[in-house]
Amino acid sequence: MWGYVLKRTLSIIPVSGVVAVLAFLLLRLSPGDPAIIMAGDSATAEQIAAMRSHMGLDQPLVAQFLLWLSHILRGDLGVSLHSAVPVTEMIGGRVGPTLALAVTTMTFSVLVAIPMGLLAAWARGTSLDRAIMALAVLGFSAPVFVTGYTLVWLLSIKAGWFPIQGYAGLSEGFWAFARHIALPALSLSTIYVALIARICRSSILEILNEDFIRTARAKGAGETTVFLRHALRNAAVPIVTVIGLGAAFLISGVVVAESVFNIPGVGRLVVESVLARDYPLIQALILLFSCVYILLNLVIDLSYTLLDPRIRY
Amino acid sequence: MKTLGFARLLGTAAVLAMLPLSLSAQTLKVVMESRLSALDPIVSASHQTRDHGYLIYDTLLGLDAEQVVQPQMADWDVSEDGKVYTFTLRDGLAFSDGAPVTSADCIASIDRWSQRDTMGKALMTVTERIEAIDDKSFRVTLSTPTSIILDAFAKPSGVPLFIMPERVAKAPLSEPITDYTGSGPFVFEADRFEPGVHAFYRKNEAYVPRDEPPSWFAGGKVAKVDEIERIEMADQLTSLNALTSGEIDYLQTVPFDLMPMLEGNEDITRVTLDSIGYQIGYRLNALQPPFDNKLVREAALYAIGQADAMQAQFGDPSFYEICGAAFGCDLPYASDEMADMVVESDIDKAKALLAEAGYDGAPVMLFHVTDISAFDSVPLVMAEQLRAAGFTVEMQSMDFMTMLSRRANKGPVADGGWSIFVTSWHKTEISDPIRSYMVSASGEDGYAGWVKVPEIEELRTAFLSAASEEERLRIASRIQTLSYENGVFAPLGGYRRVTGLGKGVTGAIEAPANLFWNISKDGE
Repeated sequence: MWGYVLKRTLSIIPVSGVVAVLAFLLLRLSPGDPAIIMAGDSATAEQIAAMRSHMGLDQPLVAQFLLWLSHILRGDLGVSLHSAVPVTEMIGGRVGPTLALAVTTMTFSVLVAIPMGLLAAWARGTSLDRAIMALAVLGFSAPVFVTGYTLVWLLSIKAGWFPIQGYAGLSEGFWAFARHIALPALSLSTIYVALIARICRSSILEILNEDFIRTARAKGAGETTVFLRHALRNAAVPIVTVIGLGAAFLISGVVVAESVFNIPGVGRLVVESVLARDYPLIQALILLFSCVYILLNLVIDLSYTLLDPRIRY
Repeated sequence: MKTLGFARLLGTAAVLAMLPLSLSAQTLKVVMESRLSALDPIVSASHQTRDHGYLIYDTLLGLDAEQVVQPQMADWDVSEDGKVYTFTLRDGLAFSDGAPVTSADCIASIDRWSQRDTMGKALMTVTERIEAIDDKSFRVTLSTPTSIILDAFAKPSGVPLFIMPERVAKAPLSEPITDYTGSGPFVFEADRFEPGVHAFYRKNEAYVPRDEPPSWFAGGKVAKVDEIERIEMADQLTSLNALTSGEIDYLQTVPFDLMPMLEGNEDITRVTLDSIGYQIGYRLNALQPPFDNKLVREAALYAIGQADAMQAQFGDPSFYEICGAAFGCDLPYASDEMADMVVESDIDKAKALLAEAGYDGAPVMLFHVTDISAFDSVPLVMAEQLRAAGFTVEMQSMDFMTMLSRRANKGPVADGGWSIFVTSWHKTEISDPIRSYMVSASGEDGYAGWVKVPEIEELRTAFLSAASEEERLRIASRIQTLSYENGVFAPLGGYRRVTGLGKGVTGAIEAPANLFWNISKDGE
């Protein structure tokens, strides 16, 4: 298995290389010139040309790419074209809030969704099952901004229990952190609760038809044991896959929640950097996301061996 | 003894608990309309960067609320022939690093600014030399007598003349500065700056304000709060909720469509700090069909009217103005000459002109900017008006930054080119023929649109050296006529932002920029 882990870990290098080339080319070929954006509406052609030269954008594409690549290999992702702040510093400052939001959201989602899925499977065909699935459909269908604004209106503006916007790290105290992260995590988790609960229910129902479940029941195992020890464990692979992919999607796709709750995370940074055509920043973010996806997929694959001993690498 | 000690401790704690309002640092939390990304106020003409500049830099001269140029860092004398201006720095001026402000700093700052700013460039065409007399005074010698030098040095927007240390101002324009030492009322805390998150400015304790009361950009710039935290907030509804809940103190722009949310809220003050406001306008691409034909450009100006576009954009007539003056209504060079042509939509006249021009249905590519809430609906109305006149109109939606990049394409529509773009300027940036880019008619080397009308450029030069205000008025009026006749540009109307001030916030300066001196939270 360790050989597999090493092989998968090393696969980050060629994948990142391909991603780097694609990211570089896509940015250069898409409309938008950072020199024009930086120089502004009233800049003359000479000023824009001077700015482009200063940014190194007047060099041939190959030369630009090789220069960027050589910097990356030395661990230098460059500096923002607009704010002149190192890209690593900018991303470093934004990873914490996004990670905190993703972890809180997924933890809450898993804690709520799996019991919901189990309950729905246990009560299959009853009004409880239908109510849980209706809630899941509602949660999955409601856009994050609708849930977010509704929660803000109810719990922040009317009740005054939570701040309307902003982020407080754990360094500012657990209570401050919890108060700031609660609503964004809650609004994001409605989708994941729905998704995980549905997958959990359908996987368990599928497993419940297996022979070994009948055997377990024939041996006198109680329903709780059948559900938790036999069914849930064997249904874990698709559930873990959904949780893992959901986590990867969360890290790169929390931009709406970050905007509604004004959380200074990576999602907002992506939008800001794309709008400003901040090439070094966009390229670094794409590389970061590709690494996150690869690593999360690796973790998911490895977790299969723990959940299902029949799987071997 | 122990009981007495405990009582004393409790008493001290109680006293301390009552003091924090007066002893703790007072932070003003502000949310601006868009993000602060670039920090060099000479390289970037962004209004956010300009406002950042006003916090940390001072200016030689300042325009007051009567739009009269007043001394700020320096006073001036002018020779009898009007050609030599001598500027003398006032006492007590120092940069935040403790170094005194000298004439060498001013000359270096003027040099860098004049390479960038349109008025600065125009001024340099009539400037023979700038020389230091001593550490506190310098002299500007002009080839032609003109008081435009004072207007240029006091120019409040676009690219104002901010005074930086000589070592900073010597940076070429292609290299944005990274040393933010200034001599203004606040100090930028560069190490706490997180682009897209927040920026901090602390009170410059060494700043010596003038004695006069503040008036626009002139008078005493007294920092009345200890710190300003500029918070970047992308979502308009979130920022308005943050204002009403007291999480922020100052919201630069209350969105017009969310204004009803503040009705009846006595804690929030809605003010129009900027009484001058913005002009929305459009330019046509004169290099490519169909607008390479003067008659077709004229037809477009006749087809497009202001009322429908402004109503669609703002919804409530109290939020916008109809104005046909190229250099802004209620401003010194406002004129009614041919204003009807750009204010009213005359479809019949436009059709007649198109027939006369032999318009063959060549497509008009109208850029639709979707991320600027002040004019994101305007192109939709323009497109309908043009279609009604017989134009074939295509629209492409994009963000403003993409529009700036795409607009540089001088090629035909089929090759990614364009025909019309809409933009807006603060009226202090278009208030005369020298500052206004919209009347630029110098051809391919000029502002996007690239129309060539030599008479307009000659008149702009004449404006610079005009002997009297009457002559300037006449020249400005003539430029307006020529601009509309030749389809150089057309205004679409104007609007003013409404700012929201939180509970207890007082002293916000009314000015055509966001100024944070004199503002306090003492009303809490």
